[in-house]
Amino acid sequence: MANLSRRSVLKTGAAAVGVSTLGAPMIWAQEIKNITLRQFGTGVSNLNEVGQKVKEDLGFTLEMTALDSDSVTQRAATQPDSFDIADIEYWICKKVWPTGNLQAMDVSKIKNYDKIVGIFKDGKLTPESVIAQGTAPHTVGFVEGQGSTTFADEETGWMTLIPTIYNADTLGIRPDLIGRPIESWTELLNPEFKGKASILDISSIGIMDMAMVCEAMGEIQYGDKGNMTQDEIDATFAIFTEAKKAGQFRAFWKTFDESVNLMASGEVVIQSMWSPAITAVKSRGIPCVYQPLKEGYRSWGGGIGLSKSLSGMELDAAYDYINWYLDGWVGGFLMRQGYYSAVPETSKNHMTENEWGYWFEGKPAVEDITNPYGDVMDQAGNSRDGGSFYDRMGSVACWNAVMDENQYMVRKWNEFIAS
Amino acid sequence: MTDLASSDRSTTSTAPRARTSGLSTRMIGWLQAAPLAIVLACFLVLPIGMIAIVSFWGATEFSIYPAFQFDNYRFLFSSPVTYSVFLNTFKYAAITWACSLLIGFAVAYFLAFHIRSLHWQIGLFLLCTIPFWTSNIIRMISWIPFLGRNGIANSALISWGVIDEPLDWLLFSDFSVILAFVHLYTLFMVVPIFNSMMRIDRSLLEAARDNGASGWQTLWNVIIPLCKPGIMIGTIFVVTLVMGDFITVRFMSGSQKANVGRLISNDISLLQYPSASATAIILLCTVLIVIAILLRFVDIRKEL
Repeated sequence: MANLSRRSVLKTGAAAVGVSTLGAPMIWAQEIKNITLRQFGTGVSNLNEVGQKVKEDLGFTLEMTALDSDSVTQRAATQPDSFDIADIEYWICKKVWPTGNLQAMDVSKIKNYDKIVGIFKDGKLTPESVIAQGTAPHTVGFVEGQGSTTFADEETGWMTLIPTIYNADTLGIRPDLIGRPIESWTELLNPEFKGKASILDISSIGIMDMAMVCEAMGEIQYGDKGNMTQDEIDATFAIFTEAKKAGQFRAFWKTFDESVNLMASGEVVIQSMWSPAITAVKSRGIPCVYQPLKEGYRSWGGGIGLSKSLSGMELDAAYDYINWYLDGWVGGFLMRQGYYSAVPETSKNHMTENEWGYWFEGKPAVEDITNPYGDVMDQAGNSRDGGSFYDRMGSVACWNAVMDENQYMVRKWNEFIAS
Repeated sequence: MTDLASSDRSTTSTAPRARTSGLSTRMIGWLQAAPLAIVLACFLVLPIGMIAIVSFWGATEFSIYPAFQFDNYRFLFSSPVTYSVFLNTFKYAAITWACSLLIGFAVAYFLAFHIRSLHWQIGLFLLCTIPFWTSNIIRMISWIPFLGRNGIANSALISWGVIDEPLDWLLFSDFSVILAFVHLYTLFMVVPIFNSMMRIDRSLLEAARDNGASGWQTLWNVIIPLCKPGIMIGTIFVVTLVMGDFITVRFMSGSQKANVGRLISNDISLLQYPSASATAIILLCTVLIVIAILLRFVDIRKEL
């Protein structure tokens, strides 16, 4: 800590010391007001509410830009000076980190580092867990030190992204329009839903959904779904191209809002979907289920990365922001939409016992569950799809991935779209 | 432009210092052309040159590196996707062109020949531009709830008893893509055709009638030939816009169809800039060839 404050003194003067050591923004309140940090990321976590709360709690301004996953990748990789904080997903990190546009983060400055769940540190949710296939967050979570462009295999004290948000994804369905139980990923290609199915048009995620379906159908046995061979890629696309030509799909979606509209308008009754999108459909009064499936979930995780050009007082503000992020308010905000926080135990302080029981422990709600915007999500007596945190995150079958054969896969994806 | 230049020449020649006029006329000509030339060089020629250069570069997953190789083009020309996507692009361009020409011509004809008062002509013409006060994307997206399975179109047709089941092909199909294109770009056809029509000497039409031509004969033998420059300018607008537009294709087909623009945008979003550049260069050449062919039919410079 002594070193740290000395460095801060040199950089930004005595005023900054208070913040980086004590986390007390009042001391440099005047200067911090002038700081603006520009954050961009996907629509799931780039919420104006967070920006407002940052202004209230920390004093500086956080500008939010929400983009789709591909635009996020592009911006992080090509325009390092256009942002201060990149809120990106771990699979995107695999593409972006080697460009050197982000700086590694010193975990000794992260107050709640010890409380971050194991998934992001050694890959294990519980000591007995089996690590899922794909680009698991811990495999791209650490580097040897500042300036290193290759990932480390284990915890090193230098993190690429500070994990903030993650979830286990599965298919979303319209129970009112399907009218029977859905149990397996194979249902996505069931001819019963011809012209009423959808997947997403983001290749790195879509291919994983495809793989879950093909494996569930028993058509393909993958060595590693998260790192397919060319033959496996060909076989996967063959199955989906055939289905596409037969008119199985209504549309492919690329942004959160598109998926909500497809589902809410009834154009689609079964599709791969994100948890808060389900929440958004439900809050319009339309029944929608985030259907747990017997083959397990396709998971993703997101985190905050710092731009390489961030330094001085801005850098201190960014660390402040990260510490604040993990301190629970955002965690509670996100968990009440169905995501998980990287540090669940601090989120607990910002949730009611009923909410914690419902969202984290998978218990039946004692009273109505509302989302952070006040809309009723679920009635008393119901419990969350998929059960508790450990049930859900414990049955993750794969993580969104960037494979060695990514370029080949992308070309095949283009063929699939054009077919 | 010729008017401007000649009037300038006359003013300089009548100027008192006549001995420098030979040099200064040329200088003034250059100076007059310079601002546009500089703007075009900086913002058109230079970027296109850069794209052309990058199209020969190589790329890995994370970076692009300068090189001179034909890999991007080789892959492009060897991939069946390229051909099917270009074919699709031409299909969209051709159908959109035909529809917007028919509608645009009819609208322009109505405005130019059926509306007698100039005030009404201008008023109705402005009316045509009102949709352009909102953004392209909004006008396009508003079709989605209209055409959807439970949308206004389907529910109207069902309540009229025309159909029993909602029509699926109304949305997320070639139909919806072309519909949106026609909706978005027909005005680009109306404006130049209307402009040509307003220049037609009305006495020519009277002469045609006096000589016993029927309405159709007048249309075919007098009006259409005189509107050719307008039609051609409109065609160039519509064809180039449709060939370059990827966002309409993406939204209106629900990402299920692709044209060249989408291929490029996919490449860009996956950081494959050299490959995207190569595709862009091929598209640019294709569009230039199409325009060259179109200009064969009409000498625009003469007709204007």
